[in-house]
Amino acid sequence: MANKQEKSSKSIGIVKKITGSKGFSSLAAALMAILLGLIFGFLVMLIARPGSAVPGIRYVTLGGLGRIGDVFYFATPILMTGLAVGFAFKMGLFNIGASGQYTMGMFFALYAVFMLDLPDGLSWVVAILAGFVGGMVWGAIPGIFKALMNVNEVITSIMFNYIGMYLVDMLVLKNAAMYNPAMTRTRYIPSGAQIPALGIHGSNVNFGIVFAIIIAVVLYIVLEKTTFGYELKATGFNKHASEYAGMKGKRNIILTMSIAGGLAGVGGAFAILAPSAIVGSSMTYEPINIIATAGFNGIAVALLGNAHPIGIIFSATFISHIQRGGTLASLVGYKPEIIDVVVAVIIYFSAFAMIMNTGLGKFVKKRIEKDKKDLEIKEGSE
Amino acid sequence: MANYIIEMLDITKEFPGIKANDDITLKLKKGEIHALLGENGAGKSTLMSVLFGLYQAETGVIKKNGEVVKINNPNDANALGIGMVHQHFKLVEIFTVLENIILGVEPTKKGLIEKSEARNRVIDLSEKYGLKVNPDAIIEDISVGMQQRVEILKMLYRDNEILIFDEPTAVLTPQEIKELLKIMRDLAEEGKSILFITHKLNEIMEIADRCTVLRKGRCVGTVDVDKTTKEELSRMMVGRDISFTIDKKRSQPGEKVLSVKQMTVASKTHKNNAVRNVSFDVHAGEIVCLAGIDGNGQTELVHALSGLDKMIQGEVTLCGEDISKASIRKRAISGMSHIPEDRHKHGLVLEYSLAENLVLQRYWQEAFQKNGFIRFRAVEQYAERLIESYDIRSGQGPKTVVRSMSGGNQQKAIVAREIDKDHELLVAVQPTRGLDVGAIEFIHKQLVGIRDAGKAVLLVSLELEEVMNLSDRILVMYEGEIVGELDPSTTTVQELGLYMAGAKRNKGEEAFNG
Repeated sequence: MANKQEKSSKSIGIVKKITGSKGFSSLAAALMAILLGLIFGFLVMLIARPGSAVPGIRYVTLGGLGRIGDVFYFATPILMTGLAVGFAFKMGLFNIGASGQYTMGMFFALYAVFMLDLPDGLSWVVAILAGFVGGMVWGAIPGIFKALMNVNEVITSIMFNYIGMYLVDMLVLKNAAMYNPAMTRTRYIPSGAQIPALGIHGSNVNFGIVFAIIIAVVLYIVLEKTTFGYELKATGFNKHASEYAGMKGKRNIILTMSIAGGLAGVGGAFAILAPSAIVGSSMTYEPINIIATAGFNGIAVALLGNAHPIGIIFSATFISHIQRGGTLASLVGYKPEIIDVVVAVIIYFSAFAMIMNTGLGKFVKKRIEKDKKDLEIKEGSE
Repeated sequence: MANYIIEMLDITKEFPGIKANDDITLKLKKGEIHALLGENGAGKSTLMSVLFGLYQAETGVIKKNGEVVKINNPNDANALGIGMVHQHFKLVEIFTVLENIILGVEPTKKGLIEKSEARNRVIDLSEKYGLKVNPDAIIEDISVGMQQRVEILKMLYRDNEILIFDEPTAVLTPQEIKELLKIMRDLAEEGKSILFITHKLNEIMEIADRCTVLRKGRCVGTVDVDKTTKEELSRMMVGRDISFTIDKKRSQPGEKVLSVKQMTVASKTHKNNAVRNVSFDVHAGEIVCLAGIDGNGQTELVHALSGLDKMIQGEVTLCGEDISKASIRKRAISGMSHIPEDRHKHGLVLEYSLAENLVLQRYWQEAFQKNGFIRFRAVEQYAERLIESYDIRSGQGPKTVVRSMSGGNQQKAIVAREIDKDHELLVAVQPTRGLDVGAIEFIHKQLVGIRDAGKAVLLVSLELEEVMNLSDRILVMYEGEIVGELDPSTTTVQELGLYMAGAKRNKGEEAFNG
C-alpha cells in the first residue's frame, strides 16, 4: 500500500520534486553565480582591453572545451582541496589550512618516492597514501587545538599553512636525495613512481582525477549514509543538539579535521605524482617560500560546490575550465596578470554570489517557513 | 463603523495545495483586548503574518480605521503602528538588551548612536510595567523569560498602538503573567488595541474582551468573553470536549531511581552558584515537580543532571549507578530521558528531517545502524510509528524538515522521542510550553502513563496549574536552593506561590538535605 502510494505521488510530483529539491535550488544558485561571475569578468576585460574583450571572453568561457584533458588534469588537485574545505564545512569548521595540508601531503609523497625503496607500480600507491598521512597530520593539529582548547580553527590553520610551507621548504633543501640544487627544484620522479596517464594526447591527465571523483563519491556516501556523517552534519547544524544527543563532539572535530587534511594531502600527492608528457621529466616542487594556491582555490571550489561532494566535482571542473580558457586569452593580447585577475574575478565572484544566493535564500526561506508552520497540518489531513 | 481600528475582511491565504487561512474575518475594536484562539497550526500565525506584512493574502482586504491599507512588509506595519511580539524571539543574541530594543530606531546624534536617552526610556518603561531587565545584559546570557520581556519592551518602546502578542505568556512565570496581564489591561485602557494569541483559556477569560476562534484555517466564530465559558471556547477550538482535570490515581512510589546529593553548580551569569547544595530523590512511579520562578537554578540543575554542564560538587546516582561524571551518552544509556527546556537549541536539529530527529537519541543503536551505515528503512518505519502513535502532524511525514513544522508538533516530536526511548527517569523541562490544550492534555496523559508504568518523572514547570495537577510531590526552588517540599493534595496555590517567591521556607529542610 505504502509503496503504491509512494509511486503514484512520485509520478505526480516529479516536476515539483526536481524544482523543489535542495539539489536543484543549489544548482540554480550556482549557475546564477557563475553567470554573474562571467559578467564581471567580461567587464574587467572590457576595461583592460576593450577591443579584444569579446574574443577574450569567448576564449575564457569556451577555450577549455578544446582541452578537456587539461581541464581535468588541473581540476584534480583543486577537487581534492575543495573536498578538504567542504567536508570540514559540513561540520561547521572552516578549514582554511588546505594549503599547508596540501604541501605537507606533497612532501610526504615525495619522501615516499625518494626515501623508500619501493617497486615501480607500488611506489605511487604508497606515495598517495603517504600524502594522505601527511595532510592528515597537518589537519589534525588544528583539530586538536579546536577540540581540546577551543582555539579557533581558522587562526591555527592559517598559521599552519606557513609553518607547513616553511618546514617543507627547509626539509626539501636539506635533503640531497630529493633536492637538485642545479635546478633549484626537487629531482625528477622516476616514471614508475608517477601516476599512470589516462592517455589523452597532449595532456598530463591521469588516474588521479578518477581517484578524486571516486573519493568524492565515497565522501558523499559517508556524509549521507553513515552514522558518522549523521553526527558530523548534526554537529555542523546545531552543536548544542549534538551535545545533548551525546555525540562525541571533540572526537568528531579531530576526526573531521584529520580527514579533511588527508584529502588536501592526497591532492598534493596527486599534483606532484602526475606524469609528465615530456619523457624523462616529471612534476617538481620548488622550495621558494610560496604558499600553495591550490588550498585557496579549494575554498572557492567548496563554496561554489555548496560544500556538497558531488557539487564539488563540478565546481572544480568549472574553475579549472575557466583557468584553462584564461591562458588562451593571451592569444588576443591579454597579459597573464590581467588574465589572472579575470579568472580570479570570475571564480571569487561566483563563489561570493553563491554565498549571497544561499544567504539570501535562507532569509527568504525563513520568512516562508514562519508561515508554513500552519500549513503542514492541512497537508496532512488532505 | 469607525470604531474598528483594524478589520481583516475575508482573508484567504493559500500555499501550494493548502489554504492556511480560508475566508477569515477579524475585527479589532479600538482599546479592546481581542484574543485569537486556535490549536497549534490552526492558522493564527499565518493570519498575524498577513497583518504584520510578512505575507500578502490572495483575497481579502485589511482596513485601518475604515480605510483600506496595503501592508507589504513589516516596515509598513510599523508605520501603521502595528507591533508584534513574536513567539520565537527576534533578538540579536550577542547584543545587549538596550541595543536590541533600539535596533532599527536608534536615536542618533551626528550619526553616532546616542544611547543614554534611550537607556532612560527603557529603564522608565521597564519600571513602569514591571518588566525587570538589565539594559546592559547580553541577550544570550539571560533567561528565556527575560528575553521575552525584552521583546515586549521593544514594542512598548516603539509606541505601537496595535499590539500583537504571539503567545507572550508561554514562557513567563505565574507572577510575571499576572503582571503582564495587568500591563496589557493598562495598555488597553490607554487606548491601545491588543491582539492576543494564546492557548491559555484562563488568560482569555481573565482579560480578553472578545475572542476569535480558528480551527484548521477557518474562522469558527467571534464571541464576547463574558458571555462564554472555558469549556465552550475549548470546544470551539478543538471540536470536542476537553478535560481540564488530570485523571490520575494516587502514586505508588517504588524504588529510588534518582538520587542527588549536595549538588552545587556554578552560574554562567553571576558569581554566585546557581544551584547550592541541593539534595533530593525521585522514586519510581512518582512525578516530582521542581517548581520555582524562572531563573532560580532549575535550568542549571537540569543541565548538571543531564551532563550538559559540570557540577562543582555533588553526587548523582541513577538506578544505583553513580553517574556524577558520566558522559551524556552514558547517562542516556543508564536510563535518563530528557525533554530539554529549549527545543530549538538542544532538542532538535532543525535542518534535519523529522525521522532523523526522532532517532537523535538512538541512531547508534543496533536497530538503526549496521556497521556504521544508517538503516534508513528502519529509521523511517520507526518514525512512522511514532508519528502515528503520538499524532505528530507534518507536511511530508518522516521526510518533513523539522524547521518547517509548528512549534507544538516539534515539541510532540521531542516528547515522543524521549518517552519512547528506554528509560527509567524522564526529566521533562516545561514539556507543554507553547502548546494548545489538546496537546497539553495529551502530554499530561503521557507523563501520567509513564509514571503508572513505574518510571520516575522529574518535571520542571513554571505553570502553577500544571504543578498542582500533575505532580505527586513538589520541590520548590528559590535562589538555587530547595526551600520546600510540598504535597499538592494538601497545599494551596497561594502557599506554593509564597515558597516560590522566597517568602516562606520549609523548616524541615535538613530532613531532605541529608
